[in-house]
Amino acid sequence: MTRSVIGWVQAAPLALVLAGFLVAPIVMIVIVSFWGATEFSIYPAFQFDNYAFLFGSEVVWRVIGATFKYAAITWALTLVIGFTVAYYLAFHIRSQTVQIALFLVCTIPFWTSNIIRMISWIPFLGRNGIANSALIDWGVIDAPLEWLLYSDFSVILAFVHLYTLFMVVPIFNTMMRIDRSLIEAARDGGASGLQILRHVIIPLTKPGIMIGTIFVVTLVMGDFVTVRFMSGSQRANVGRLISNDIGLLQYPSAAATAVVLLATVLIVIGILLRFVNIRKEL
Amino acid sequence: MSKMRYSRRNLLKTGVAAAAASTLPAPMIWAQEIKDVTLRQFGTGVSNLNEVAAKVKEDLGFTLEMTALDSDSVTQRAATQPDSFDIADIEYWICKKVWPTGNLQAMDVSKIKNYDKIVGIFKSGKLTPESVIAQGTAPHTVGFVEGPDGKSFAAEETGWMTLIPTIYNADTLGIRPDLIGRPISNWSELLNPEFKGKASILDISSIGIMDMAMVCESMGEITYADKGNMTKEEIDKTIGIFTEAKKAGQFRAFWKSFDESVNLMASGEVVIQSMWSPAITAVKSRGIPCVYQPLEEGYRSWGGGIGLSKSLSGMELDAAYEYINWYLDGWVGGFLMRQGYYSAVPETSKNYMSENEWGYWFEGKEAVEPIANPFGDVMAQAGEVRDGGSFYDRMGAVACWNAVMDENQYMVRKWNEFIAA
Repeated sequence: MTRSVIGWVQAAPLALVLAGFLVAPIVMIVIVSFWGATEFSIYPAFQFDNYAFLFGSEVVWRVIGATFKYAAITWALTLVIGFTVAYYLAFHIRSQTVQIALFLVCTIPFWTSNIIRMISWIPFLGRNGIANSALIDWGVIDAPLEWLLYSDFSVILAFVHLYTLFMVVPIFNTMMRIDRSLIEAARDGGASGLQILRHVIIPLTKPGIMIGTIFVVTLVMGDFVTVRFMSGSQRANVGRLISNDIGLLQYPSAAATAVVLLATVLIVIGILLRFVNIRKEL
Repeated sequence: MSKMRYSRRNLLKTGVAAAAASTLPAPMIWAQEIKDVTLRQFGTGVSNLNEVAAKVKEDLGFTLEMTALDSDSVTQRAATQPDSFDIADIEYWICKKVWPTGNLQAMDVSKIKNYDKIVGIFKSGKLTPESVIAQGTAPHTVGFVEGPDGKSFAAEETGWMTLIPTIYNADTLGIRPDLIGRPISNWSELLNPEFKGKASILDISSIGIMDMAMVCESMGEITYADKGNMTKEEIDKTIGIFTEAKKAGQFRAFWKSFDESVNLMASGEVVIQSMWSPAITAVKSRGIPCVYQPLEEGYRSWGGGIGLSKSLSGMELDAAYEYINWYLDGWVGGFLMRQGYYSAVPETSKNYMSENEWGYWFEGKEAVEPIANPFGDVMAQAGEVRDGGSFYDRMGAVACWNAVMDENQYMVRKWNEFIAA
């Protein structure tokens, strides 16, 4: 066997798995997005009705806007928190044992399910919840804060809580690979702590930041459960539109929305990848 | 049970089986094979209860497999997968959608023992001879077809029923009297700015739109020709009013599942919302005051029944008829009525309820001792009266039935926009 045949054979299993479980379903979704639907069935067709309705509706545009808003705010917050945590773990903790122990502490919330971590905010933030009663007892406020629950605030709070770890891990990972002698050299050269952070650590951590960004942005843009429960169905993102359509048996319309979401997320990732060469890191 | 099977085995040899099975109704002389029969029932959660399946096994000997789904999935399954079920436990508005597909078979009422005792709502449409028939998909309008293979609904009783009615109720708004502190008597209160940020409506389009219509009509904003069959303009206007209210912050949340509605109410997040009867009792059983408020404009009612799959035949079909007769015989009726629903044949259910229970749930009398549901939870204390009163007070004040409209698909899209707005 020639080298190229062996190469093809070696690549075949993964290629087949990806073709069957990634490419084929996506092709199917694209096809169905042009189909039509009756009340309880779908029928093959080639029509642009679903897309026309999608782009013709002012509500849909606002929902897409909300999806980006959630992604951007969550990204900014998880980045600041994630970077700080990773920085502390990587550069302030000297002992490796403590480092690993603290890193594991970060993952403890992940021992329970996503849904439970999210739902547990509801009694905490509610009108008569723990947060409001504590604030009233301390005399900080006179009446319960309504915006704590079923608002953009609660949605973003839950997102940040759920997804910060996805920022911490890749950033911590790249930080641990930074050659410490570079930092010593910078210090010897007279750089201040802030200058080291800005000119040495951040540039070298970029691939980790980018991987974390991709995690957070795709998770937030595709989410529908968090938005549904934390906003009490009062807010929506694109994922919610899709899940509503599925609930109402409008599969072609759901598929069209899914195609738009997929394209949007791919464009966002494409732009992100222009900034940093992730492969260098892997 | 095992004893009975022994006697059956002694009495009957297989050859007699076919003859015996046709002489309905008489579970005692059924053939040995009946225990091998399995009927697959699916439907919405309200009446798909494991207790019913267990009792069927005990009383009739065959196995009833139950699957509970939400109403949209039920509709889809009944319409597209006729071989996946034997018995469909569906609501009447679902029947209107599904019957034209030909996946269900009409039932011969001469085989239904208690047919004569079924309440008038499901036959003539009139609860009492003086009753006015409400708007929407009233059960009797989709309850009969011309013959065993009839595709279109008949206007009056024909002897061939599409669904055998099993369960129904009259829905209204649930309120927290302790947090509202004044009488509530109109649907329009749902959008009263007084309850800004403390109201809720259910996110199930086919039911939610009817609640919306009740509210809009009560506000005097819209007068519908038929709430159950709105025009596009009426749909736009109705959803427009609610979208505006949503943007103004009227709603705290929307709910989709029973438990969500209970939690919203019990936690005090919401003080007025569309609600289902058992959800009220669930809130009450936590010791929190909650009232299923009768309103001047009347109730939004719903009804369900069991239909038979087209593919059901032979012994399975006989077993299904036996099951239907058993269903109307009172045990299930009593079981459902003690949860606050109504049975299609109330008088047989009476045999399975205490006088106190019958008085409280059906006659609207004061409870003389605590009322417990079939699961043992206390629903009401002595001296309490059911919200809305007696069966005739409640079912006599139905303003509309859950419905499916000609413009259903348009409504669904508009509904989706309302939820996303």
